[in-house]
Amino acid sequence: MSATDHAAVHHVHRDDYGSRMGMWLFLFTELILFGGLFIIYAVYRFVHQQEFHLAAQELNTTIGLINTIALLTSSMTAAMSITAMQKGNVRFSKALIWVTIGFAFVFMVNKYFEWGAKISHGIYPGSKDLLAKPEGEILYFGLYYVMTGLHTLHVIIGVIFFLFILRQIKQGKIASDRYVRLENSALYWHLVDLIWIFLFPLFYLIH
Amino acid sequence: MSDHQHEESHVIEYGNYIFIWLGLLAFTGITVTVSGINLGNWTIVIALFIACVKSWYVLNYFMHMKYEDIIFKVFIATALFTFFIFLGFTFWDYSFTR
Repeated sequence: MSATDHAAVHHVHRDDYGSRMGMWLFLFTELILFGGLFIIYAVYRFVHQQEFHLAAQELNTTIGLINTIALLTSSMTAAMSITAMQKGNVRFSKALIWVTIGFAFVFMVNKYFEWGAKISHGIYPGSKDLLAKPEGEILYFGLYYVMTGLHTLHVIIGVIFFLFILRQIKQGKIASDRYVRLENSALYWHLVDLIWIFLFPLFYLIH
Repeated sequence: MSDHQHEESHVIEYGNYIFIWLGLLAFTGITVTVSGINLGNWTIVIALFIACVKSWYVLNYFMHMKYEDIIFKVFIATALFTFFIFLGFTFWDYSFTR
């Protein structure tokens, strides 16, 4: 009897497959959340084509490009951290997670300067300068702030996830034979990357 | 259920990730270059097409969708189908109410 008890204690119920599936279902709610905003964007861009083109000239393509590269690279390092964990190379896995967090900060610092420059030019929701512009431009910048803002919020949440993961690795709760939480955090991070893949051409590359 | 355990151990090598990453960077370069050329309404079509190609690579390789069960792919198809219904009906509605 004690032998089966012992076995039961060590065989903690775990369903990595179900866990990943749950994460994917959550990601689909994220798709609908951002999808709604993309639909609003699509309709207003259709209605105000000229004004969207004009407003987009205000954005700095270089900053957008640097942020695209930062997110693509961080996505790669996040995916690689899983490979490292699978191979039992915990130190390398942790290092790759730190690199991912580092790129997230590159992204956020860039965003800070970008928004800062816009705000100092008087372009922010509800500002006098912005409200004096035509309707299409007001809509463009409204969507710009809401969509990139919501996206950056996801970047911050992703960083918190990864810090949590690093803590759990230290505690031994994530190891080379149980790393589904790392996988799910990486999935979340890739979603952040996916959304940016669409935000970048839609806001920065209208010429 | 035991077959799930096997997929768990699917390891993608670092080199493959670097290869995908280089591809994604190349596509980003193409998008930026193409946006500088005046192609009228085609600019947005090309930009979105490249974004879709990039997403396909991120989904399949970075997010391991390629190695997941068919049910995950059914989920994705359902989610995208729902999204395109929203998008399509919005424009349909708009074209009638304008």
